[in-house]
Amino acid sequence: MSQTLRPASAEETRQAVAWALGEETALEIVGAGTKRAFGHAVAAGHRLELAALSGIVDYEPAELVLTAHAATPMAEIEAALARSRQQFAFEPPDLGPLLGAPAEHATLGGVLAANLSGPRRILAGAARDHALGLVMVSGRAELVKAGGKVVKNVTGYDVTKLICGSWGTLGVMTEVSVKVLPAPERTRTVLVAGLEPSAAVACMGRALSSANEVSGAAYLPAAVAARSAVSYVASAGAAITALRIEGPPISVGARNEALRALCAGDGEIEELHSHNSATFWRELRDAAPVPADAAAVWRLSVPPAAGAGVLAALEPSEGEGWLDWGGGLVWWSCPATAAASAVVRDAAQASGGHATLVRAPDALKAEVAVFHPQPAGRAALSRRVREGFDPRGILNPGRMGPDPLGTD
Amino acid sequence: MSIAMPAPDADVIARRDGFITALGAIVPGEGVIADEKGLRTYECDGLAAYRALPLAVVLPETVAQVSAVMALAGEHNVKVVPRGSGTGLSGGALPLTDGIVLGLGKFNRILEIDYANRCVTVQPGVSNLAISQAVSAAGFYYAPDPSSQIACSIGGNVAENSGGVHCLKYGVTTNNLLGLEMVLMSGEVIRLGGKQFDSDGYDLLGILTGSEGLLGVVTEVTVRILPKPSSVQALLLGFGDVVDAGDCVARIIAAGIIPAGLEMMDKPAVKAAEDYCHAGYPLDVEALLICELDGPAAEVSELVDRVEAIARESRATTLRRSQSEEERARFWLGRKSAFPAVGRISPDYYCIDGTIPRGKLAHVLARMRELSAHHGLGVVNVFHAGDGNLHPLILYDAAREGDLQKTEALAGDILRLCVEVGGVLSGEHGIGIEKRDLMGAMFTEGDLKQQQRIKCAFDPAGLLNPGKVFPVLHRCAELGAMHVHHGKLPFPDLPRF
Repeated sequence: MSQTLRPASAEETRQAVAWALGEETALEIVGAGTKRAFGHAVAAGHRLELAALSGIVDYEPAELVLTAHAATPMAEIEAALARSRQQFAFEPPDLGPLLGAPAEHATLGGVLAANLSGPRRILAGAARDHALGLVMVSGRAELVKAGGKVVKNVTGYDVTKLICGSWGTLGVMTEVSVKVLPAPERTRTVLVAGLEPSAAVACMGRALSSANEVSGAAYLPAAVAARSAVSYVASAGAAITALRIEGPPISVGARNEALRALCAGDGEIEELHSHNSATFWRELRDAAPVPADAAAVWRLSVPPAAGAGVLAALEPSEGEGWLDWGGGLVWWSCPATAAASAVVRDAAQASGGHATLVRAPDALKAEVAVFHPQPAGRAALSRRVREGFDPRGILNPGRMGPDPLGTD
Repeated sequence: MSIAMPAPDADVIARRDGFITALGAIVPGEGVIADEKGLRTYECDGLAAYRALPLAVVLPETVAQVSAVMALAGEHNVKVVPRGSGTGLSGGALPLTDGIVLGLGKFNRILEIDYANRCVTVQPGVSNLAISQAVSAAGFYYAPDPSSQIACSIGGNVAENSGGVHCLKYGVTTNNLLGLEMVLMSGEVIRLGGKQFDSDGYDLLGILTGSEGLLGVVTEVTVRILPKPSSVQALLLGFGDVVDAGDCVARIIAAGIIPAGLEMMDKPAVKAAEDYCHAGYPLDVEALLICELDGPAAEVSELVDRVEAIARESRATTLRRSQSEEERARFWLGRKSAFPAVGRISPDYYCIDGTIPRGKLAHVLARMRELSAHHGLGVVNVFHAGDGNLHPLILYDAAREGDLQKTEALAGDILRLCVEVGGVLSGEHGIGIEKRDLMGAMFTEGDLKQQQRIKCAFDPAGLLNPGKVFPVLHRCAELGAMHVHHGKLPFPDLPRF
């Protein structure tokens, strides 16, 4: 009979995993479940629901570190940070609505397990760059501590980074410590209208190579821009290249002028103030411009300068998408067919990057790997790493694919 | 000299000559060093109290040679100690008497500068500073700047996850690394990441960074480069009380300001530095802060004003802002020459590297004074105050019987103190052999065994840099064993349907 285990402490979580080990059965690990549709279905008879592992454990703003139980809702954490005018600088996306789950339900552990980062990743780093330490239960049913609660730490292997992005296949996080940073006082977004992808990538490259500390650089083809909730963007009737700057008012003003001058020859320039900027970048962060009826949604991580070329290479898949991270991140929606998927994978591969299938019908996921296939040597190494943490393959087996990462 | 290394394998030592011949077939000519005089050059790294002569030193020039050397060593059960520039301070490159040192000094080429993707690909023996120099004319730099940056290699930086004075704002090595190529003990060549921001699959790049040469030999590194800030200004702030200085640091951060650098020196460090290089430091202070702000000019001048106001509120007794690049350089001169300055007032010094929560600074400095008195050895403090990374320098005389032992005991007490207040044993120098036996202060045996299972995935025979980082060596077969208890469903009192 299928069980749902709801531990209320790290020790109970350990007991739950010990039980599964003894029963030789696997567990699906669930925080709030907002990303269950991301990745392959887990081949497990039982669920380990962590919702009760919730609450901020320790937060001293002057230390720039927050420690919380793994299933603490991001909404609760972000509210606490906002009260001290701080934030997670990696701009954690809320992919709930994209994946058919409610908004604002995601948990801190889930964000880290998926290593999800938003538009500010180009300046501030990824989720994994901000995770400082954690406590987890390994697939050996042992409580393991990794890392610490300080920003500079070379004491043993950086196991925390390994756990970030491992989708619950190495251990069950019970508590995490994350670096926090001051929230910017002011935000401006410079919009350049009407650029072709290659001109847009060049423009973003110039901005990112300047000393203006650009914290967001995205390119939306006209059809994508038209779906924005920000009227300036939606009514432009043209492709939009967006550059974000944040900081003290006097600095934002000066950099705003500098960026406008830098892009002056490219196209018509408009500007978003703090409120509209927040709306615009939140849309991109959460992949909101993906059409509701998009069959397959892909996320490609590529060298930034390759962004325009990747968009061109993706065209035969008959989809649409946009660029973030100065060209380094491509969101792409296309038909859920093996042929279209092959076009996407090849485009990513040819650029030196990789493609992840974020949303797709089960039928496509049965045919196409969600996570980019790895060369044999690295795949085998990853399998051995997993065996060290979860030798019986009882934690989220199959989540990252059958072999090598979802071994059982 | 209290750190014991694993017992050498007599069988390997007996077969030394044959092995050296085989090495010579892979790396011809002067690429294999086997004479005692030549080996002496490699007998220690920056932790010079510990020395050993390896079986041989091999200096390959190609990835194929590295791969063949590793595979050969694996076949012959010969241990391998990788080495970059040998500037490490924790003994990570200390040779093993039954192993070879694999030096990456000949991997000294910059392979590609890619401005469009804002990254540089280099061989591991390239110095940290050389990367910044190569891209400086185009207005870029590589952000992590350990104080040994003239000499230290980027491969070594990856091994130790090196920081520097600017890592509060710009991160340490791991945050600035995009990709690498490494050779496993088996000889297999593996590439991780690339020029894109996120690498796919498990974050093996993250686990390699800071792994102290225990997992793989890095043969190529791709790092991000950043545009140079358009303006930089520094403040020199003196305080009559260490508590006030600590308070000032906390208030700057609470005000939402992340300085590019925020350094502290205590009174003895200020005095030593001023005597050494005449930077113009005030001698009537208990603590000195250097706060550097960088960014757009308008922002820097605004933030300098704000920091100055905060310093006044924190009862600063000295308050100077740099009016020129020359003056800013002079503010830094004393801090950057703190180590040689201390070298002048004491026959020997021992540099410690722990991290603490910023708020514990005053408490830790007070306790450190007590420990210093208890052990009868002076301590001078320089401190990356912004990120809580302490570098106490213990003053001793190696020629005096028992002084080194006392120094190591004091260092151990200080590092345990760091852990006790919520900090860690190493911020940027690594564990190596130096802090190996203190790992138990921070991790349980179970935690350490789990870390060693990662090593087993990379190096199942345990031949790559053994004896470093982990206080107890376990065989991988032993680490893999698992006792499974069959039991009832746990916490049955909870509803679970």
